[in-house]
Amino acid sequence: MPPPAMHCPRLALGLGFCLLLGIALCSLWVYVENWLLVSYIPYYLPCPEIFNMKLQYKEEPSQPVAQSQYPQPKLLEQKPTELLTLTPWLAPIVSEGTFNAELLHHIYQPLNLTIGLTAFAVGNRYTHFVQHFLESAERFFMQGYRVHYYIFTHDPQAIPRVPLGPGRHLSVIPVPGPSQWEEASMRRMEAISVHIATRAHREVDYLFCLDVDMAFRNPWGPETLGDLVAAIHPGYFTVPRHQFPYERRPVSTAFVADGEGDFYYGGAVFGGRVARVYEFTRGCHMGILADKANGIMAAWQEESHLNRRFLSHKPSKVLSPEYLWDDRKPQPPSLKLIRFSTLNKDTAWLRS
Amino acid sequence: DFWGKSTKAWLCLILLFAVLLGFYSNVFNLIPRRQTEESQSALLSSLSEGDGHLDTCRIPEVPRLLYPKAQLLKPSRVDVLVMTPWFAPIIWDGTFDSAILDAQFRDTTIGLTVFAIKKYVVFLRLFLETAEKYFMVGHKVTYYVFTDRPADVPQIALRAGRQVVVLHVGSYRRWQDISMHRMEMISNFSRQRFLHEVDYLVCLDVDMKFSDHVGVEILAPLFGTLHPGFYAADRQSFTYERRPLSRAYIPRDEGDFYYAGGFFGGSVPEVYRLTTACHQAMTADQAQGIEAVWHDESHLNRYLLSHKPSKVLSPEYLWDERMLQRPPLLRKLRYVAVPKNHGEIRNR
Repeated sequence: MPPPAMHCPRLALGLGFCLLLGIALCSLWVYVENWLLVSYIPYYLPCPEIFNMKLQYKEEPSQPVAQSQYPQPKLLEQKPTELLTLTPWLAPIVSEGTFNAELLHHIYQPLNLTIGLTAFAVGNRYTHFVQHFLESAERFFMQGYRVHYYIFTHDPQAIPRVPLGPGRHLSVIPVPGPSQWEEASMRRMEAISVHIATRAHREVDYLFCLDVDMAFRNPWGPETLGDLVAAIHPGYFTVPRHQFPYERRPVSTAFVADGEGDFYYGGAVFGGRVARVYEFTRGCHMGILADKANGIMAAWQEESHLNRRFLSHKPSKVLSPEYLWDDRKPQPPSLKLIRFSTLNKDTAWLRS
Repeated sequence: DFWGKSTKAWLCLILLFAVLLGFYSNVFNLIPRRQTEESQSALLSSLSEGDGHLDTCRIPEVPRLLYPKAQLLKPSRVDVLVMTPWFAPIIWDGTFDSAILDAQFRDTTIGLTVFAIKKYVVFLRLFLETAEKYFMVGHKVTYYVFTDRPADVPQIALRAGRQVVVLHVGSYRRWQDISMHRMEMISNFSRQRFLHEVDYLVCLDVDMKFSDHVGVEILAPLFGTLHPGFYAADRQSFTYERRPLSRAYIPRDEGDFYYAGGFFGGSVPEVYRLTTACHQAMTADQAQGIEAVWHDESHLNRYLLSHKPSKVLSPEYLWDERMLQRPPLLRKLRYVAVPKNHGEIRNR
């Protein structure tokens, strides 16, 4: 047996060689992986016609308001306002008591606006909700304005004929049937943006995109109109931002880091001027496509992408949870008037 | 032989270990990954905003920022109203976050109009020097100085991206006429010049100075400022024009706020509409032989009653320390009056 002193240089040499080899392999792996990720994206973007769709923006001057009697706004408020009424970027947060409905009606009525409302009833279970949705909308949604409902469905025959008031129309838009529950909700952004580009931009001024498995309970009026409108999710308005169910994997385009986030917005309600909704849904759709190319689906599908987009394209108006409520939760005193809420249902049987 | 059998076995094991370490370090994120999501989001944003005509006052995307989160159940101010019933924010200290707003308005050019007619040129130095310190710092600003004495406009050291444009105009004998013709001049120059040069216009009185931050939180399609003397008053005691013959007439049971004539503004098209409407109303009044009690301020109030402003500035943005006791609800004084001798300054 040779003495240990003679082994050491050889052993050291061998170890050094192995370490170098290990490092070389690591860096090669990292390089190859990153290179692969970046070059994957362009090959998975379908529908080139979407890129060529342009919208004409027309600037509208502010219109004079007809005289109306209403009390003088009190500047030195002493009443305890329970909800924040302005975001840090000066977007109004709409809740009961923050606005004068009659004054807003005086401002918006003469503008002869048409407001669009999209709802997706894709899947046999969802077509059952349309009747109640439309009936409640006929009672509470934008009373006194021209309204155009767009119901997207795989089964136009299943959509019931609900009697509509004057100036209100319904169009049924056929879309392909779903293979899976998640798949159905992921195509909504695409369907809305294509629909706006092909049709809705000519027919409506404002557009709201709502979930169909809900119903209106109280008036939903022009206080909700704005350039880009989001609604705060009823489940997360009391929790700190690190508990928001954002997508937390950096590889997704819907990724939101730990120290970021304003509010957790609900995917069931968003809207605004039709041109802004077009840009918004298109942006979300591009993000969803990029994720699809990387084989990843965001934690809450479209809602994650919607939240990511609202972080960098901040809404110009935010609706309080009065406009998106979950009836299973007890109504807190800070929310005075629930206007739009879920129908009690178990989501488990929907996925089957 | 050079390598003993046991040494060979050990070397193979170490080699295998190094390879496995390299492979699994990626899985367990031991090696920091290059930030790929930023390159992806840059690609996506260029795709989605590439088409479509950009209207001038569109709010752009904000980059990733770190700032404290707003609490929905904790209002920012409980002592004052922060939003009008038509959803116009009332800007008080504590209601806004400058970091987010600066990012939203980063490519905006702001025009500031100020009138230094006759002896009022003496106010320019302090006005411009304090504006350099407090007004729209970090943004592109053009000062439009309307004067009948261009030689008396002082040379002020300006920050990058800021310039002074001196506009030579005529003067009038009476100070009331000078004040009222400001509307006509702003209207003319808006159409000829401002529309192509700036995005927003801020129209200010010259006999004032800036004493605290005045930034992009004020920018909106149309904004007015609460007059410091009337923010707590009832609408019946507002000094609106009360004679029905005048175009500026407002009945006693109408009116939201009393806006000050010394600080208003908005996007160039909206300021053009406002100043044109006020000028036409003043001309019609002149033909009727009537002059509104507070001149252009009365006409401004009439216009803002029927064309509701999209933002309202609190009295922080226009204050006079000598005339009024500062209440605790004013946490900052941003734009304040400079002492002047009325008799000496006017009508000379």
